[in-house]
Amino acid sequence: MRMLQLAYANLKEHFLTTALSVMLLSIGIGMVSFIVTVSEQLNDRFNRDIRGIDMVVGAKGSPLQLILSAVYQIDNPTGNISLDEATKIQNHPLVKYSIPLSYGDSYKGFRIVGTDSLYISHFNAEFSSGRSWEKSMQVVLGSTVAERLGMGVGAHFHGTHGFEEEGHAHEELHYDVVGVLSPTNTVADRLILTSIESVWDIHHNEGGHDEQQQITALLVKFKSPMGIMQVPRLINEKTSMQAALPAIEINRLYELMGVGFRALQAIGILIMIIAALSVFISLLNSLKERKYELALMRSLGASPTKLFGLVVQESLLLCLAGYTFGIILGRLAIMTLSSFGEAQFHFGVAQSGVSAIEIWLLPFTLSVGLIAAIIPAIRAYRSDISSVLRNE
Amino acid sequence: MLQTDSLSFSYFNGPSFSFPNLSVRVQEVLVVLGSSGKGKTTLLHLLAGLMDPENGSVTINGQSITELSGKGRDRFRGQHIGMIFQQAQFVRSITVLQNLQLARSLAGLPKDEVLAKGLLTELGIVDKAHSRPNELSIGERQRASIARALVTRPKVVLADEPTSALDDENCRLVAELLHRTVTGHGAALVIVTHDGRLKTRFPNSVEI
Repeated sequence: MRMLQLAYANLKEHFLTTALSVMLLSIGIGMVSFIVTVSEQLNDRFNRDIRGIDMVVGAKGSPLQLILSAVYQIDNPTGNISLDEATKIQNHPLVKYSIPLSYGDSYKGFRIVGTDSLYISHFNAEFSSGRSWEKSMQVVLGSTVAERLGMGVGAHFHGTHGFEEEGHAHEELHYDVVGVLSPTNTVADRLILTSIESVWDIHHNEGGHDEQQQITALLVKFKSPMGIMQVPRLINEKTSMQAALPAIEINRLYELMGVGFRALQAIGILIMIIAALSVFISLLNSLKERKYELALMRSLGASPTKLFGLVVQESLLLCLAGYTFGIILGRLAIMTLSSFGEAQFHFGVAQSGVSAIEIWLLPFTLSVGLIAAIIPAIRAYRSDISSVLRNE
Repeated sequence: MLQTDSLSFSYFNGPSFSFPNLSVRVQEVLVVLGSSGKGKTTLLHLLAGLMDPENGSVTINGQSITELSGKGRDRFRGQHIGMIFQQAQFVRSITVLQNLQLARSLAGLPKDEVLAKGLLTELGIVDKAHSRPNELSIGERQRASIARALVTRPKVVLADEPTSALDDENCRLVAELLHRTVTGHGAALVIVTHDGRLKTRFPNSVEI
């Protein structure tokens, strides 16, 4: 009979205390794994979507709202801006290129964004089928949209006003799907892209507005850092528009979220420390209960080192179980959050393979187990078998 | 098989004991009799190498156990000495058969299920092989502890007060069982007890 088998049997024997320690460890590990994975994924996705965009111009309001709506397409726009004013920014000598965006409609929860072909090339998107739009009311589907809606080139649909699935449908005009993009792992995957003219046409047709042409936002890339120094201030002070810098706003968002993340991470670590104490106490209690058994094993030929190893193995097994359940718990939490994000924003947190934090948590958890086992293991090692047997 | 020479032991701030020289050969039974406080259990632990004597030596199968230390002594004890305690104790989390296998494993011997089951059969408790020790009656546990003491094929079996708590009939049965199984397996049996009834059964006895 191997020591590992005996360690497992001993843990099973004290099922309740073992289960409590495993549960505490699982919660701690699950929380840390969940928080780190989610913050890494958000960080990664936010950075990927923001790449190459130095400034966002839109209607006055919250700069963070402007960034979230124009770059990440997860918030409502702050309003519209005049195309004429936006064109002046486009033609500014410090601007390398700019991408106009016009949005406010959706189809089955996926946003319809009027833009130009630069948007597609900005995200290095390629066509998995079809081509780009050539005239109004032609659309290109992001890969996620095409997959979720089961649509492809040749499909038609009516857009809905607003971003809710139950919104008022634009029955008068329909969109024709002319292209589908390959996955880019960016916001473009979740969008239905069309020309700016499509958005104008559908709203002119519907409301008969006669005012000057408008867009919702402008994504800007500068030629040099000098642009960031001068142009935003110029826009904010001299125009009715606002300029927001994604890097600054996202940092601010991270700081806000970071407090929550750090608090949850600290709670996770605290739970792991409590779990380590629980492992320590349960091992110590179990040893007190089993001191005669250990003495018996010594009388059967077990060396003190073997008993030390037995206690350490019990602790490591316990921690391994806690780690396994913790990782499962963390992944379940990520899946739950992801399905919530998908339902609300079509913004899921995907996890494929084993993440770095999951790998790092394994030696960390085993170290916790080792530390928790040291004192009980030394006690087992040093136990005076003769006096234990005498006092049976 | 087992010999002691001028064995003595003193507890720190406690009693001191000097023991008579003992000698027991294969298939012989030696009863060491003594009343409470005479150092019976101390002697047993010295014979098993669980304690170091102040003076003297214990030799089992030609090997001075007092000269061995650490792992060597533990291994020697596991392989050459079987122990039976007054209260039959087991590792509770595993079955009777696994307890027997554990004894072999701790002694550094390979698994031998045939031998283990054979012993349980011989002692009439093979049907309890897969039971947990706490599911056994006191009598069954005592038999199981005899099986465990013999499963390593030891040269000497040391029994501590195996009959003290038993009535005359059960005392006779256990003594008979011990004698038959231990000597039948080619081992020497040393019984340390205050139970005078054993003196009449086993003539080779020493008083301490």
